[in-house]
Amino acid sequence: MKFRRYPTQDHPLSRIALSLIAIGVVTLFLVLPLATVFTEALRKGLGVAWEALDDPDARAAVRLTLITAAIAVPLNAVFGVAASWAIAKFDFKGKQFLTTLIDLPFSISPVVSGLIYVLIFGLQGWFGESLREANVKIIFAVPGIVLATIFITFPFVARELIPLMEDQGRDEEEAATSLGASGWDTFMRVTLPNIRWGLLYGVLLCNARAMGEFGAVSVVSGHIRGLTNTMPLHVEVLYNDYQFVGAFAVASLLALLALVTLVLKSLLEWRFADDIAATHRH
Amino acid sequence: MNKFALALAALATLTAANAGSVTLLNVSYDPTRELYKDINAAFAKDWKAKTGDTVTIKQSHAGSGAQARAVIDGLDADVVTLALAYDIDAISQKAKLLPADWQKRLPENSTPYTSTYVFLVRKGNPWKIHDWSDLVKPGIQVITPNPKTSGGARWAYLAAWAYALKQPGGNPDKAKAFVQALYKHVPVLDTGARGATTTFVQRGIGDVQLTWENEAYLALKEYGADKFEIVYPKLSILAEPPVALLDKNVDRHGMRKAADAYLRFLYTKEGQEIEAKNFYRPRDPAVLKAFAKQFPSLPMVTVDEVFGGWQKAQATHFADGGVFDQIYKPGR
Repeated sequence: MKFRRYPTQDHPLSRIALSLIAIGVVTLFLVLPLATVFTEALRKGLGVAWEALDDPDARAAVRLTLITAAIAVPLNAVFGVAASWAIAKFDFKGKQFLTTLIDLPFSISPVVSGLIYVLIFGLQGWFGESLREANVKIIFAVPGIVLATIFITFPFVARELIPLMEDQGRDEEEAATSLGASGWDTFMRVTLPNIRWGLLYGVLLCNARAMGEFGAVSVVSGHIRGLTNTMPLHVEVLYNDYQFVGAFAVASLLALLALVTLVLKSLLEWRFADDIAATHRH
Repeated sequence: MNKFALALAALATLTAANAGSVTLLNVSYDPTRELYKDINAAFAKDWKAKTGDTVTIKQSHAGSGAQARAVIDGLDADVVTLALAYDIDAISQKAKLLPADWQKRLPENSTPYTSTYVFLVRKGNPWKIHDWSDLVKPGIQVITPNPKTSGGARWAYLAAWAYALKQPGGNPDKAKAFVQALYKHVPVLDTGARGATTTFVQRGIGDVQLTWENEAYLALKEYGADKFEIVYPKLSILAEPPVALLDKNVDRHGMRKAADAYLRFLYTKEGQEIEAKNFYRPRDPAVLKAFAKQFPSLPMVTVDEVFGGWQKAQATHFADGGVFDQIYKPGR
């Protein structure tokens, strides 16, 4: 018997097999480990897990993580919009170079990113002595952690927006300008509404990484408990202190923050599905 | 917008918590986490009673060499309590934060407590490991961290070397051969003492762990004495983890008095008892006697008598191209 196969139609068996493999892999490598984190945290009951989160050092770590994200994410959002606006809507010399530069934090190891700041602001570095005389602390203090986080999360918003804006082209902006709108008006009324979903997505990704970054922050932190430990660093501290329940409790909180981000994103996508499809058509 | 309000509120509470109290930063090595938690609470109480001031001691823990590097790079410590004198020497030489003769400023070589190197084996000692020579028997896997990065691992390496040297007919060549054979039995070199303990105890890798006496006791305490036991070799090394205040930093902070009192508190009877309870050998003979059961006496060599001091030991054995680099080839 001849079996006619349409390009859009696979054999039902292979479809089922593929789905099963995908679900299996996702369960094995993503869902199970994540579930383990939560089970370990609750192994001795909710009370013990809560106690670990209520500890002053843990609260300080949560606070520092929130402060860091609250500074790094808005800054990178503004920068990301500005950079992708410039790259997508204008022609200038060195455009390719700027695009490459934006990708730099993606391509170098986070440890190196941290060491850059040690070499610049460390006591043996370029500005070390003068900073110490002025009593300004950069590395092994909150500013260094914020700087390292900004560096690491630099590309997220721009990387999300550049392809979107290039795809949308310049027609609408040119129309607005020819009708006499100022640059600011054009941006606020034409460009921004068109990119708002991409921007939101970029901000969510940027925020997730800002809260979760370990390597670069570890290098510049100095690991002072209650002062310069972010949540990921605090998880390591607790684990090495033999406080496994506490470590997994803080890890669960960190994972929850990420899950909330994901749920938020899915909810928005579901609620505004038509709207999103419309902006993509441009 | 919401996030900004949250951040501002967080900043406000952060500054409020710091107002009106004195803060010291103690930069320490890996296994002292539990010790200084107890010491800090006791010292704060003592200081409050004596001066009426509230003192908060902040802690930072990591591998001893890494911590020295961080202080050199500007980690603003008032006191350092590290695994070996060489690391504090490095701070003195590279960052000039304290004078070169710092070790003479406090009693007992600036080491208020000592420790030694012991073997941690699984319950019942299934491989009958009783002395250093048993470690190089066929099939035995030894867990010890990397001497290049871990202060503790350097003590372990030197203890093994001293053991071979002190055997009948022992000489530097035989010692080198013994240590080389020993490191062939090490399946994984962790970067720090606590990481090695996790490898051996938590992940169940290896037959014997070379470790600080205090770290071995802590493993028994955390995981139960029914799972592991401590074996004392016939000879080990007197490990002296020193403490020092960093003159330039405490003077800039106006903290010299509190920092000095903090380090001297480690030598008081109360301090010595807390150290003994945390499995460090106290210097005070009376306290040591009270804890004699916990600290069996065994012959211990010192770095000064066998290796001519830390500067020399470091240059010969652990510097780039030194003996350790010659004998250890990863993956063999």
